[in-house]
Amino acid sequence: MAAMGQSGGASRGLAALIARRIASAALTLLLVSIAIFLMAALLPGDVAQETLGQSATAEQVAALRRELGLDQPLHQRYFGWLAAMLAGDPGQSMVANLPVAEVIAQRLPNSLLLGALCALVAVPAALAIGIVSAMGRGGRLDRALNIASLSMVAMPEFLVATLAVLLFSVKLQWLPSIALVHDEMGWGEYLRGCALPIVTLSVVVIAQMARMTRAAIIDQMDRPYVEMARLKGLGPVRIVLVHILPNAIAPIINAIALSLSYLLGGAIIVETIFNYPGLASLMVNAVTSRDMPLLQACAMIFCLAYLILMLIADVTAILANPRLRAR
Amino acid sequence: MMPGDDALTRRALLGSGLALGGGLLLPESALSLAPARPRIGGSIRVASLSSSTADTLDPAKGALSTDYVRHFMFYSGLTQLDRAMNPRPALAERIESRDQQTWTVQLRKGVTFHDGAPLTARDVVWSLLRHKIPAVGSKVAIIAEQFASIRATGPLELVIRLTGPNADLPVILAQSHFLILRAGQKSFRTANGTGPYRCTQFRPGVRTVATRNRDYWKPGRPYLEQIELIGIPDEVSRVNALLSGDVQLISSVNPRSTRRIDASARHAILETQSGLYTDLIMRQDRLPTGNAHFVAAMKYLIDRPLVKRALFRNYATIANDHPIPPFHPYFNADLPQTRLDLDRARWHLARSGLSGVRLPVYASPAADGSVDMASILQEYGARVGLNLAVNRVPADGYWSTHWMKHPLGFGNTNPRPTADLVFSLFYKSDAEWNESGWKSPRFDRLLLEARGEPDQARRKQLYGEMQALVRNRCGVAIPVFISQIDGYDRRLKGLSPNPLGSFMGYQFAEYCWWNG
Repeated sequence: MAAMGQSGGASRGLAALIARRIASAALTLLLVSIAIFLMAALLPGDVAQETLGQSATAEQVAALRRELGLDQPLHQRYFGWLAAMLAGDPGQSMVANLPVAEVIAQRLPNSLLLGALCALVAVPAALAIGIVSAMGRGGRLDRALNIASLSMVAMPEFLVATLAVLLFSVKLQWLPSIALVHDEMGWGEYLRGCALPIVTLSVVVIAQMARMTRAAIIDQMDRPYVEMARLKGLGPVRIVLVHILPNAIAPIINAIALSLSYLLGGAIIVETIFNYPGLASLMVNAVTSRDMPLLQACAMIFCLAYLILMLIADVTAILANPRLRAR
Repeated sequence: MMPGDDALTRRALLGSGLALGGGLLLPESALSLAPARPRIGGSIRVASLSSSTADTLDPAKGALSTDYVRHFMFYSGLTQLDRAMNPRPALAERIESRDQQTWTVQLRKGVTFHDGAPLTARDVVWSLLRHKIPAVGSKVAIIAEQFASIRATGPLELVIRLTGPNADLPVILAQSHFLILRAGQKSFRTANGTGPYRCTQFRPGVRTVATRNRDYWKPGRPYLEQIELIGIPDEVSRVNALLSGDVQLISSVNPRSTRRIDASARHAILETQSGLYTDLIMRQDRLPTGNAHFVAAMKYLIDRPLVKRALFRNYATIANDHPIPPFHPYFNADLPQTRLDLDRARWHLARSGLSGVRLPVYASPAADGSVDMASILQEYGARVGLNLAVNRVPADGYWSTHWMKHPLGFGNTNPRPTADLVFSLFYKSDAEWNESGWKSPRFDRLLLEARGEPDQARRKQLYGEMQALVRNRCGVAIPVFISQIDGYDRRLKGLSPNPLGSFMGYQFAEYCWWNG
């Protein structure tokens, strides 16, 4: 009875926490949207000048500004955007002349797919590396993995990507050097086309996650309960997987969540080198062309993805830790 | 050219080919002399340097090479330029005028749009007049201002009346911006033109897919079954994509990358000498740059061969401070070439009273090569007592915030199809982009006279004098004309340079075929 009551209280507590986090996420999104609006307004030139470019005449700039509503004061434009956004309409891309939702619908699935595939490769690999090197702490394997992951952290992704392209595409001609994505392509074709971007992105995030996993596990290894388990005669694999991992999961999940949020928005360099039509390069486009509605929508998506991942990390940490659960 | 010359050239090339041995391939230019029969079929992928959400199917809004290529695939113009920049009839069967001011256009019969509708004079009138509507945002609005009236006088006949005589109208109409649309076209999600290809997919910032138009009005053309046009903004990635066989044609190869392409037996480069230039702007309406001695000193301070060699690896043509390149029919060969001359620069600088003053010069990656040019100027300036401070500003927003707004800065001008256009847009006293704010009533008079002059010899003389005026007086210094470099798979045939721009003047799609 007592246990049931406790767990009911815990789930109520959790629900309250999630509700609080959602409220603060909404506030964060609002503040981010204001910040982005103001920052973009500070950039030199507006969408009318950027679109018309070097050949713009004053008359054309004025006409385009009027057409796009840029002649209205800043706050009025912001509240107009906010009201539409709350009603579920992210507006019209000023440059592409298409609804923002449509432009993003072409790119977001690409980004999500690439991120998901990278996560599928990187998370198990990172956990395995982290656990193995923690278990053989100080040993030869640990040192080798340490050097490998440190050099992976130190190596910028454009270098990894460029070297991979030179080797696998230009020299060996095994894999395409650019990741072409189109509707008619099958899974095999997609995986072949995106092998290099996936590898490059994975290299970058594996190292971070593996090092975090190793540190978190080692931090637990000297605790009395681990010593107790060892004295009881449990095998090292069982100790790590059953006893240490649940205790070390919070920082590991945190590291994973941070890495995954990076896979979405931070993929800009990989998107550029492999010409992958993802969301990050779309956002850079939006900044350079001063396409405010598109920029805002991209920023909101990145911010929201980050907040959701962090929320998942926190909830997992609470569920994994009975002490946090009871609070 | 005499027939004898032609034979001589071909013999000489054959000889050198034999001398080099069977292992070496002849350069493409030599191969194109041999009769090669185009064949229909093949599918290629082409990568230009840019692709973004700003990609458009509206010819009036075309801003970059990717747009021009796209537009020439789907639409046709009234005229077309051949390699010597002479206008040839296209949708217009005839385009004639007696006074160079009122032009009669007779359209080709039986041309249809991709949706099956026949081309009529109404479509042409609508397509040309829309450039005058500010809300359209046409890139050639200024040129279109000279259309006083355009009206259809029959189903396939129209009359264009200009505000003043202009002998270049047939050349102007060959530009991609003046390609012909179906009257009333509002949405540009897909293209409906009379061009050699149909638009099967258009995704701004991702790709454009074009398939062969079997009903193209030029029988037998085009040759390629499908063209996929993408943009790869990163230059190294673009070259890698070519070398790894993922794309078959790329533009905007950095001179530094040409060795990599040359080293591949399956690929080649195509150099296009063009009128593209990056110029030093010395505002004439500001001090101290408005001082004539200062302008002269700066022109003597430029080491043109160094700029050509170090910045562009010799993929450039030395310029003489005016915008007409040496390979242009109106080039004035009698003008002495300005050279690096530190003594003269020092003398002019002393006369300008500017020795020892610290002067900021604005440069940006937006104006190709300007940052390095500014550094070279700074170096030579220091030797004659001129203290230049190089302010490197970002490419983003350069044209709206920095261009023409500082006493000393850089600009960058794309090649224009006629001497009149480049002079009217960038050098006429009241031109909006008169970069240095230079005013010369004599130049303006010559410009108007040359525009309406049908006699070629007289025109050349007038344009020659204008080149001298710009070279000697105007506040811009033009060190070199920058060549465009394309890279291609050797199985792609039919490519040849066109001074209008890369990708065979953006029109390779109509002329190339695949021999794979």
